[in-house]
Amino acid sequence: MTSGNHEPPKQEPAELITSPDASADLLANSLGEYVRIVSRRIRAGESGALPVILGLVAVVIYFQVRSSLFLSPLNLVNLLAQSSFIITLGMAEIFVLLLGDIDLAAGFTAACAAVVALWMLADGFPWWAAALVSLAAAAAYGALQGIIIARLRIPSFVVTLAGQLGLSGVLLVLINSAGSIGNGGVIALQNSVINDIEGGQLSPIATWIVMIAITAVAGAVIFYGDFRRRSAGLVAPPVSVSLLKCGAIVGAGIVVAWVANLNRGRGTRVLEGLPWSVLVVLVILFAWTVLLGRTKFGRYIYAIGGSAEAARRAGVGIVKIRTLAFMLCGLTAGMTGIIYASYLGSISTDVNGGQNVLNAVAAAVIGGTSLFGGRGKMVHAVIGGLVVGVIYNGLELLGLTASAQLIWTALVLLAAVIVDRLTRSGSTT
Amino acid sequence: MNDAEPLLRLRGIGKNFGPVRALSDIDLDIPPGQVTALVGDNGAGKSTLIKTISGIFDSSEGEMFWQGKKVSFHTPKDATDTGIATVYQDLALCDNLDIVQNMLLGHELRGRIGLLDEITMEQTAKKTLSDLRVTTVRNIRQPVGSLSGGQRQSVAVAKAVMLEARLVIMDEPTAALGVSQTALILELIGRLSSRGIAVLLISHNLTDVFQVADRLAVLFLGRLVTSGPLSGFSTGSAVHWMTTGAAPPANGGAAQDREG
Repeated sequence: MTSGNHEPPKQEPAELITSPDASADLLANSLGEYVRIVSRRIRAGESGALPVILGLVAVVIYFQVRSSLFLSPLNLVNLLAQSSFIITLGMAEIFVLLLGDIDLAAGFTAACAAVVALWMLADGFPWWAAALVSLAAAAAYGALQGIIIARLRIPSFVVTLAGQLGLSGVLLVLINSAGSIGNGGVIALQNSVINDIEGGQLSPIATWIVMIAITAVAGAVIFYGDFRRRSAGLVAPPVSVSLLKCGAIVGAGIVVAWVANLNRGRGTRVLEGLPWSVLVVLVILFAWTVLLGRTKFGRYIYAIGGSAEAARRAGVGIVKIRTLAFMLCGLTAGMTGIIYASYLGSISTDVNGGQNVLNAVAAAVIGGTSLFGGRGKMVHAVIGGLVVGVIYNGLELLGLTASAQLIWTALVLLAAVIVDRLTRSGSTT
Repeated sequence: MNDAEPLLRLRGIGKNFGPVRALSDIDLDIPPGQVTALVGDNGAGKSTLIKTISGIFDSSEGEMFWQGKKVSFHTPKDATDTGIATVYQDLALCDNLDIVQNMLLGHELRGRIGLLDEITMEQTAKKTLSDLRVTTVRNIRQPVGSLSGGQRQSVAVAKAVMLEARLVIMDEPTAALGVSQTALILELIGRLSSRGIAVLLISHNLTDVFQVADRLAVLFLGRLVTSGPLSGFSTGSAVHWMTTGAAPPANGGAAQDREG
């Protein structure tokens, strides 16, 4: 690797294959090279998001062929609403999956946060106070788990399994002690703001404005970043690749806005516009993506997931970072609880927090986050969450029972984990 | 600091693991800007000694002087802050992070609103790599996991240099490398010392040692049996010191050169 190099340049493509985390756009000098690198990786099983998206399209086509209702505007928007809490819980898991940990309690953290919020709303507190207190409680619980796991060095699997059991008990205690509020094991949602997260929508004009603003900002960020790299004398992605990305973002924005603005109301009732939940998910996605990709904290999460020993020798406070990661996992689970309560319109003792958390882990892993730490992005929860959402929604439309939904989700999760394992063993020496 | 003052001076360093005496009474001077090779058979105490110098172990006894001032290291950070960087055999790199991220791990630069300043970090890393003439990596945004052994070693060394180490300790840097990669690393070691950075090189490979070292120190069963300028040793006499802990007989070391 010095100027008197001894290696034939032909070795370089081989190196590129073995690097699932290298962003192809910085390695490539032209669009053609970009396509070659990406396709070579896909063949090597190191794929990134593309195969998952293709798989998603295939599943969508299958369901559409089986049931013409699948691609109706009403069902598509339902699908987004259904997926949003799987997506946010998946984002919660990604904080700890990146460390090589897991939080099995997150589903019940979400449920308990929902109980706290709905109870406070029923007692007449304003929506923001209920949201703040429930989020703080969820974050505190996450931090408690983190302290036990990081300080005492107990595997997160065991600690959070205990958390899952314990919180499922706490959920029963809370709802049963709510008295007249928790009538019959159910606390109803009595607040229009929280209810509108899943139940309300932007006006069609606002939908277009928001989508145009988001795509414009995303495009500007991409090109401004390239511009800064170029003017600092660093390698920047080829303009054609950046244009391709912008095109994809604009395309996705137009499709989402167009579908959301189709009238999906039944009979004479007009129902159109983007559900608020989509916007909520995008805001959380943006905040957590910046946190993971652009801050010291995020960098250290990846470092610990890659090699805890290397991070420790570099002076990274592992206990602190892990504790914070579990706290953020709890916080995001709390957000999920509020979205989930909004989706159900209530919270009850029947919440299956165990299944929810496994769906969330499935979403993250299907999207491309590794179970073994060090590799993953927040956007993986969105992609994987949509896959899980589509499977649930589609099988429901076909009238298949819960058992089929469980089995199909399990198979998809298993496939994703196997791909993860194979990729991992191929890339590390 | 005058020329006679070594960069790092060890006096009477000893280390016990329970009843096991791993090191005893080590006196060693490491001069600035020179390559000191530390050799010895397996179990001679090389690793224990470098772990003591780099702050991983507390020494049980003895004193260390850095540029004439007494120092004691209780954590690896104490040693790094003083100016001693250790490139471990396992390299301590995160395979999932790219070259820039690895080189600045723990020393990230931040911009205006507290976000990472990737551009300045990349420029800093790029400059250090080109100063050391580590130039054939195609893109320094490649993850370290995709690099060859020699390239990884170079990244680890560049990281130490970037943290302004005055002494770089290298533990068996060429053990896992092929011929051309070994040559790269030996060149790199030479470049470090020409930049005034002292190197303490731990190696089994006497060919490498005789190629780059200025001084030699031999450990035998936890004791430093001899040290001095490389010109005072031949491969044969070095092997004799390493295997027996005693000076070769007066008729020269060549006859003892059994292990090549």
